[in-house]
Amino acid sequence: MGDQPPVLEMRGITKRFPTGTLANDAIDLEVRPGEIHALLGENGAGKSTLMNILYGLVTPDAGEIRIDGQPVTIHDPADAIARGIGMVHQHFMLIPVLAVAENVVLGQEIVRPGGILDLGEAAARINLLAKKLGFDIDPSSKIEELSVGQQQRVEILKAIYRNARILVLDEPTAVLTPQETREIFEVLRRLRAEGASIIFISHKLDEVLEIADRITVIRRGKVVGSRRPAETNANDLAELMVGRAVSLRVDRGRSHPGASMLEVTGLRAKNDRGQDALQGIDLSVRAGEIVGIAGVAGNGQEELVEALIGLRKPTGGTIRLGGHDLTSASVDRRRDRGMAFVPADRHKYGLVLTYPLDDNLALTRYGDPPFAGGFAGIIRNFRAIAENAIRLMKEFDIRAPDPKVPAGTLSGGNQQKVVVAREFRHDLKLLVLDQPTRGLDVGSIEFIHKQVIGRRDGGAAVLLISAELDEVLDLSDRVLVMFRGRIVGTFPAEEAQREKVGLLMATGGARA
Amino acid sequence: MDAIATFFRLIWELGVYLFTVVPDLLPIILALATPLALGALCGVLNERSGVVNIGIEGIMLMAAFFAYLTGFALHSAVGPGASIALGILVAIIVGGLLGLAHAWLTVSVRADQIIAGTMMNIAAFGVTGYLNRLIITPSGLGGAGVIAPFHLPDAVANLPIAGPVLVMFFDQGPIAMSVLFIVIALQFALFRTRWGLRTRAVGEHPKAADTVGIDVYRQRYLNVILGCGLAGLAGAFLTLESTGSFQNGMTNGRGFIALAAMIFGRWTPIGAFAGALLFGTATALGVVVSIRVPEGDLGNIMRSIPSNWYAALPYLMTIVILAGVVGRSTPPAADGVAYVKEGKG
Repeated sequence: MGDQPPVLEMRGITKRFPTGTLANDAIDLEVRPGEIHALLGENGAGKSTLMNILYGLVTPDAGEIRIDGQPVTIHDPADAIARGIGMVHQHFMLIPVLAVAENVVLGQEIVRPGGILDLGEAAARINLLAKKLGFDIDPSSKIEELSVGQQQRVEILKAIYRNARILVLDEPTAVLTPQETREIFEVLRRLRAEGASIIFISHKLDEVLEIADRITVIRRGKVVGSRRPAETNANDLAELMVGRAVSLRVDRGRSHPGASMLEVTGLRAKNDRGQDALQGIDLSVRAGEIVGIAGVAGNGQEELVEALIGLRKPTGGTIRLGGHDLTSASVDRRRDRGMAFVPADRHKYGLVLTYPLDDNLALTRYGDPPFAGGFAGIIRNFRAIAENAIRLMKEFDIRAPDPKVPAGTLSGGNQQKVVVAREFRHDLKLLVLDQPTRGLDVGSIEFIHKQVIGRRDGGAAVLLISAELDEVLDLSDRVLVMFRGRIVGTFPAEEAQREKVGLLMATGGARA
Repeated sequence: MDAIATFFRLIWELGVYLFTVVPDLLPIILALATPLALGALCGVLNERSGVVNIGIEGIMLMAAFFAYLTGFALHSAVGPGASIALGILVAIIVGGLLGLAHAWLTVSVRADQIIAGTMMNIAAFGVTGYLNRLIITPSGLGGAGVIAPFHLPDAVANLPIAGPVLVMFFDQGPIAMSVLFIVIALQFALFRTRWGLRTRAVGEHPKAADTVGIDVYRQRYLNVILGCGLAGLAGAFLTLESTGSFQNGMTNGRGFIALAAMIFGRWTPIGAFAGALLFGTATALGVVVSIRVPEGDLGNIMRSIPSNWYAALPYLMTIVILAGVVGRSTPPAADGVAYVKEGKG
């Protein structure tokens, strides 16, 4: 395999964005026929930009692309498709209200004379291709009716239907369950057996080690190394990717819990469909302690978080923070009492993406001094807002060209650091973390975990809710298991073994 | 008990009244619905591709004026038939050119689409009013003439049930007669052809369309120009087929009611046509109830309501429909959102 000439060569690819970010700095990449080539790097390292250049979505400033040894120019996706390049984007490029068959053929429709669509023929071809890749799909079902895993297969079908020989997958497993990930790996192996080349973009080390034939690591727009899975390991790759040694396991240290800070008793709440989502939750978190809630998503975690921070009205029970009853207090009042919140969906709740970075960093306290001044605090103090931003950017290593860029232009990891920087205030009493590291790379995860432990040791009570069991087990001093709106088990950290907690998550145990 | 019985008797009488009146009104209903339907189809073509166009009113008015001007100027030179045909052609071209302007503003320049449409309406009102005073009024010449409607043989028109329906669609001038066929053709084209699939794709998720090699801008230009051509045809209908004259502001809100019909029809050609017929029926009934009043209590009640309320019926219906009483309808996902290619240039 190593002797075959490369099917794709990218030489000296360079791209600087108008914001000043040097996304790709003279990148070289070689992909051989029939190999799965992993492109590994942190968020914002330039992986997606490189692939968008290959697919004609971004025009490079310099560099050369060769396919089968021939130099090519790719102006737009139509060029890329014609050269046999297919791409599965991280955010699927599917039209939810259209059928599978319509989505697959779009742009290269099978038509009868007069431009009339032949969807029957399209369905037949789709069934044939799907069978070859080892799965079933109903060509007439609408995309919005499919699971995320199925939608991803439609994306792969789209590329294969266009005779792609080089298939790019941008973070394909970020949205999948472990089961779906195994299935998609099976599909990729079949594609490889058919002779296709696959470029697999990821920042998940174990996945890359499992599926790739070769791994190229990119850091800050540059290729920093290339490895075969057999000659490397997770620690080596993490170091290459981040540029320094990183600990993949958190050193939690000893906790020194103090007085009880958060007291929740008999909390009940309904979900958006009016069903009882919380059926009497009792829990307490002490100052200087991290309590983790493990559970399969959809067992009431979302409603618990919303009830705690004041976005959902409880139907029963009480919430007390440091002795004050906050059961029906406003969000603002809860924040005044020292509550802070890092949401799971930073786009929806954590940030105003179109606002500049500095305003986002002052978003929860814009009405208080020093951010507001003048009569009754109606005048914004721009200097204080800017100084706050510059200080937090340095303290939390937020990488942005300047404090005035819109928050939406930052990479996912940096956006999450913005939320964390704002929420981790010094007068913190209770920190509610809802999946604080979802979709982040190892460097950012390590950073955020260290910050969380730092706040705990500073005396804050921390409540961590995460669907990633490993994260809960790594960070928590105490682990609670949530099942169908109830807490069904409590484990001190030293007794919380993966298997025991996992079993309780799945079954709810005898008490459910 | 008595009051309830009276109420149901009145409802029954109203039903009987409508059943006797509406069949006679069918051709008038279609004639009233024609400009609304063509305007609504313009909206469907525009918004399905992701461009909001509230300038339909203005485009209709401009096309109506230039159609009339053409028919009027060429009437004696080429004869009434040819001048009217040329007038219709000019209306479609004027509509298409204004569509080109709207597409340039909304797709290429990425101007605010509501402002662009508003500007179209204001400009059309001013330009046509000015030119009307400058050219047509002082000439002192007669009108451009109107197209004579086609008449079905009596044997066909008198058929039970089928007769009134055939009369509705075929006792019409050429533009009103063609509306049904345009609706069916567009319904088929939108959901069964390559053009229709691409139109829906760029209106729902332009980036997805871009990544499979579809030129989003080209598709939107095409749709806006085609749609506005239909709005132009609606303008020609008003001056050359319906009234035979031009008055300032004669579109009288039809472009906006057309948008309501489009929403009522959930952005489908057939639905939009049904919406236009509903508004046409409301308008026709608004006129006829003051002429043909039924006997008895129902008649007394109907007489007691001022006629202005009947005339306002289509507009009241617009408000009710836009307030969502007919149920939430979801526009195309990228409706009104300009598409920007990232990382280019």
